[in-house]
Parts: sequence; C-alpha cells; structure tokens
Amino acid sequence: MDFFGIPPQALFGQLLLGLINGAFYAMLSLGLAVIFGMLNIINFTHGAQYMMGAFAAYFLLQYGGLGYWWSLLLAPVIVGATGVVIERLMLRHLYKLDHLYGLLLTFGLALIIQGLFQNEFGSSGLPYRIPQELTGGQNLGFMFLPNYRAWVVVVSLAVCLATWFLIERTKLGSYLRAATENPALVQAFGINVPRMITLTYGFGVGLAAFAGVLAAPIYQVSPLMGSNLIIIVFAVVVIGGMGSIMGAIVTGFGLGIIEGLTKVFYPEASSTVIFVIMAIVLLIKPAGLFGRVQ
Amino acid sequence: MKLKTALTALALAGMIGTAHAQLSGGVLKIGVLNDQSGLYADVTGQGSVVAARMAVEDFKAEAKGIKVEIVFADHQNKPDVGSALVRQWFDRDGVDVVADVPTSSVALAVNEIVKEKNKVFLVSGAASAALTGNACSPNTVHWTYDNWALANGTAKAIVAAGGDSWYFLTADYAFGHDLEAQVGAVVKAANGRVVGAVRHPLSTPDFSSFLLQAQASKAKVIGLANAGGDTINSIKQAGEFGISKGGQKLAGLLIFVTDIHALGLQTAQGLQFTESFYWDRNDASRDFAKRLAPQVKGNQPTMIHAGVYASVLHMLKAVEQIKTDDGAKVVAKMKELPTDDPLFGKGVIREDGRKIHDMFLFEAKAPAESKGPWDYYKTVRTIPAAEAFRPLAEGGCSLVKK
Repeated sequence: MDFFGIPPQALFGQLLLGLINGAFYAMLSLGLAVIFGMLNIINFTHGAQYMMGAFAAYFLLQYGGLGYWWSLLLAPVIVGATGVVIERLMLRHLYKLDHLYGLLLTFGLALIIQGLFQNEFGSSGLPYRIPQELTGGQNLGFMFLPNYRAWVVVVSLAVCLATWFLIERTKLGSYLRAATENPALVQAFGINVPRMITLTYGFGVGLAAFAGVLAAPIYQVSPLMGSNLIIIVFAVVVIGGMGSIMGAIVTGFGLGIIEGLTKVFYPEASSTVIFVIMAIVLLIKPAGLFGRVQ
Repeated sequence: MKLKTALTALALAGMIGTAHAQLSGGVLKIGVLNDQSGLYADVTGQGSVVAARMAVEDFKAEAKGIKVEIVFADHQNKPDVGSALVRQWFDRDGVDVVADVPTSSVALAVNEIVKEKNKVFLVSGAASAALTGNACSPNTVHWTYDNWALANGTAKAIVAAGGDSWYFLTADYAFGHDLEAQVGAVVKAANGRVVGAVRHPLSTPDFSSFLLQAQASKAKVIGLANAGGDTINSIKQAGEFGISKGGQKLAGLLIFVTDIHALGLQTAQGLQFTESFYWDRNDASRDFAKRLAPQVKGNQPTMIHAGVYASVLHMLKAVEQIKTDDGAKVVAKMKELPTDDPLFGKGVIREDGRKIHDMFLFEAKAPAESKGPWDYYKTVRTIPAAEAFRPLAEGGCSLVKK
C-alpha cells in the first residue's frame, strides 16, 4: 500500500526524521520562549549561543580532553555564564524599553559573535565524533535508525518536559511567573527578582548550548550552524505563541514532522514550508496557536 | 579651476600612457568576487584574494610599468547581490577584471555584465560548463575546472568500477542542475542508469531525509551534485545512516581539500573525486601552498585558489604585451598566448574560453596512510588534457567557427 505514491517505509522513516529535527527546534524554541516569557527580550543571540555550545564541546575535547558526556554537562554551564554576563552588562538596561531594542541588541551581538568565530575558524566547520557508546544503529525494518539520533529525541523530550514542569508546576516556577506579572510585589515578599531574571536568561542560554552539544556530532561544528537554524526557530516560536512553553515544545516537534514530510513530497519547498505555515497562522490566530492575547 | 585640474590630469595620464600600458584610470584594477562568509568561504574566500595578490607580486607588475590594485567583495552566493556589486565596480570604481566568482548562478549573471561592459572575467570558482558552452563570451576565460570535467573524471571511473545505477543529491540551483545533467550523460553513455534525484535547497544543515530517499532507491551509487558545506554534511550524515555499510557507494562530485580536512580521513577515506590541483603534488605546488597557507589560518590552498593565481598571472602577461585593458582584446591575447605557470604547467585557452590542462582523479587516503595533517590525497589517474574537457564542437559556443 502506498500513500500518494510514497511507500510506507519511506513515510515512516521521514516521520521519524522529522521528529529528530523537531527535537532541535523544540529545544531551541523552548529557550527562546522561556527568555521571552520571563524577560520580554526577543533573544536573537540564541542561534549564536547554540553554536557556542557546539564549539564549547569541541574546545573541551581538543584542549581539555573532556569527552561528549562532560561537554553535555559543562558546555551549557560555560555558555550560560556568558549569557549571565551579557544580561548583567547589557540586557538589563533594556527591560523597560520597547521589544525592538532588545531585538536589535541581541541581533547585533549574534552578528558579532558569529563574525568572530568565522574569522577564527572559517566556514567548513570542525569535525566532532559521535561518542563511542552511541555509534551504530538499529534496523527498524522501515529504516536504519542511528542510535545517536534516537538518543537526541529521547534526551530533548526529557529536557523539554522537565523545563515545562519546572516553570509551570514548581514553587520556583511560580515565583518566576509571578515576577513577570508584577515584579514589585514579588520583590516586596523578599525575593531577589533581578537575580532571578539573570539566572533565567542564563538558563535559557544554557538550553541553547545544550542543543548545540547535541548537534555537534550530527552537523559540523561550524560558525554558521546557528544562523541556519535561528530563523526557523523563530518561526516556530511565533507559530506556537510567543512565551508559551508548551506551545514551543509542541510546535517544535510538530513542525519538524511537517518539514520532514515536505522533504518527501516536494523537497524544493522544504526550506520554506515553515514560513508558509507561519504566515497562515499569523493571519488566522495572530497570537499563535498556544499564545494568550494580552 | 576644476576644468584646469581635469585637463592637467588628462595630460599627465597621456604622458604616462605613452610610456606605459594604456590602462583606464591609470591602474589595472582586479576585483575578486566570491563567498567571503558562507558555505564556500573556505574553498574560495580570502584564499583567492591572497592568490591574486601573489600572482601580481610574482609577475613583478609594478616593475613592468603596470600598476595593479586588488579589491574584493562578498556576493553571498546571491546572483542579485553579485550583479549589483559588479555593476558598481565597473560603473563607479573602475574595476577592469573580475576574478574567481564561485556559485554558478552568480557567475552566469556576472558573465553577462562583463560582456556588456567589455571587461575581463577570469572564472576559477564556478563550475557550470555553460560558461564555455551556450553562455560563452569573448570576455570570459574559464580556468580551473568545470562540471563536464568532473563528470568525465569521477563518474567514468566509478561506472567503470561497476557503479552503474545512480541516484543524485542535487543542490537546487544552476550548478547542481548542470552537474547532475553532465554526470547523468556520462553514466548513460557508459550504459549505466540514473534511477532518480532529489533536489535540496542550497546550504541545508540536515540531509538525513534525502539520504533516506537515496537509500530507498537501491541505486549502487549516490552522486553528490553539491559542494562545500553541503557535501561535508551529506558525507558525514551518510556515514551515520550506514549508507556505505549497506553496500551503496558515495560519489563526491566536487570535493576540495578543505572539505576532506573538515570531514577527517576517518569519514572521508576511499572517496574518489576529480580536481586539477593538489597542494602536495610537486615542488611548485608545495611552494605555493607554503606561501599561501599562513595567510588563511593554515588552510592549504584549493584548486580554486590555484586557478585564481594562474589566471591572474596569465592575464597580466597578456596586458603587458598589448598594453591595454580593453576586455575583449585582453582575452583574445590570453587565448593567443600559450599558458605556462608553475601550478598548471603548459596549456592553452580555447576559442570558447576553456582553459585546457590535465585533471587528476584523486582518492582520499586511509588514516593509516596519511603522514599528518593535510596529507590527504593519492593520485589514482592523471586525465590527460586532451580528454579532460568537453570537446570544442560539443559545447554549442557561438564563438567557435564551424
């Protein structure tokens, strides 16, 4: 039985691949949603920070002799720390201004960071191996699934759900949400709101770096890897609804799958399909699929 | 006052002109146009600018009375950006020669403008064989390689080794389409079959979906009709999805030494591909590499860099002889003079603008065979100049007298 002339094996394979790409979209858009939800900053540096995560993994291996698993732990902390510095030095002056200022600042930063890396490392990228434990793959009958890709889906789902739980279901999360609604009142209860905001930004950036480490063995560790992805991720966030945590996760995975299917039926359109969907969603539901109208 | 200055300048220019070459604006201005920031920046980029400078130094242009100036710009692989830059160069900045120009879609656009403005176009980076075929121009020389030569070198060898059914992963623009067509023709001529093709957008990070389709096609050979970062990602991810373990062979149709470096030999070993230059081939190439590499972060030169060097050098020889920078006249002289440079040896430029030299079928070494960083290639076969490029009559170039 074929679906529209595509054998079912190919279709299942593409669905699964879409899910894998969706895992990256979900994790990156999640970080953006957290940052936008809590700081009201449209963080255009996100792609560069994802790229920095991959580079951090490369450096840790090359100069520190620390392998993939250590990188998964350390790279988000290191890159997150640079995020904290950026927030303290620059972003915090912009909270009271229009979104546009934050966008311009972070976009500028992204260009600078990417330019510096490109100047130093060129554009072909640097190789990074799949960790020994995750090489090889499973033959699922309809496709060959590399173990590493399976790992990416599992771990990113876990991280996404943990983040959602942290923000929507824990006490810390409720402080955070309260602080965005009414910072003065929360501060009056003795909670250090500026520090919480700083750490939130660091966390969002750390998520991007985490995705970067996950991506390093699949793609080249390249200065351009973030800029390839960031625009798509922004479309995902807009479709899901700015600032909505669940929206970011669901649309991330969902759009990955749609993009995967496009690659079967009409590959030439695979780089544009997400933007077509974005345009349609914006026309019908301007706040996004999961967004609240404020 | 202004008029007086202008007249004086004219008179002075005239005086200089009688002593030296008749150059518009008093200088020969070379514009290196390529990808300075995207996926082709390592195979072209600054390396090409450095190579052009080295050619001018080695020619000792200043001592021969030719004042040369080199400028460069980033076309971002977009034909509209490239066209606008080149028009500005010609109309405002007095550029006489455009060199390099990778990305066939951009090169084809620039080709038209150069002809319209009667300047010189030295193509090294672009691959489309149309530049010396139906789009050929009296102002263009295509130096380093083209899709026909790649197909002829790599595809022929692979079909001969039993790879008779092909599936293509094709970059969706002029270059990819042309390369797919050229290779397809070679495969069919050798009684092979093309079972399908999938076209991916330029600069795609994830190839898994396309690779899966290629895998499902059961073709013996998966031809990568793409370049630079796209090829690197295809090969890397093909390894991950066990393509070669499943018995299918990858054919990188356009591979550069920097791609092999980025992939690492572990992944790249055994790949066969066609090029016209390898930095470690002889003393002259090693010497060239030794001078160029330190200026581009230690990357060894690609054949495109070598082509920029050699084509600029040959162009300077022509300008020295005819003492003008009139585009069509310079190119006509370039075709008349036999070429001779340290990197490509002796050769000729045909009427259609095609530079003729040997091509080489290389194979990436196994990690154990490599003596160190950048020791990557072994030569499988030298394709003699006479059979390396498309026969003159088959190109359909209007400059060729029938």
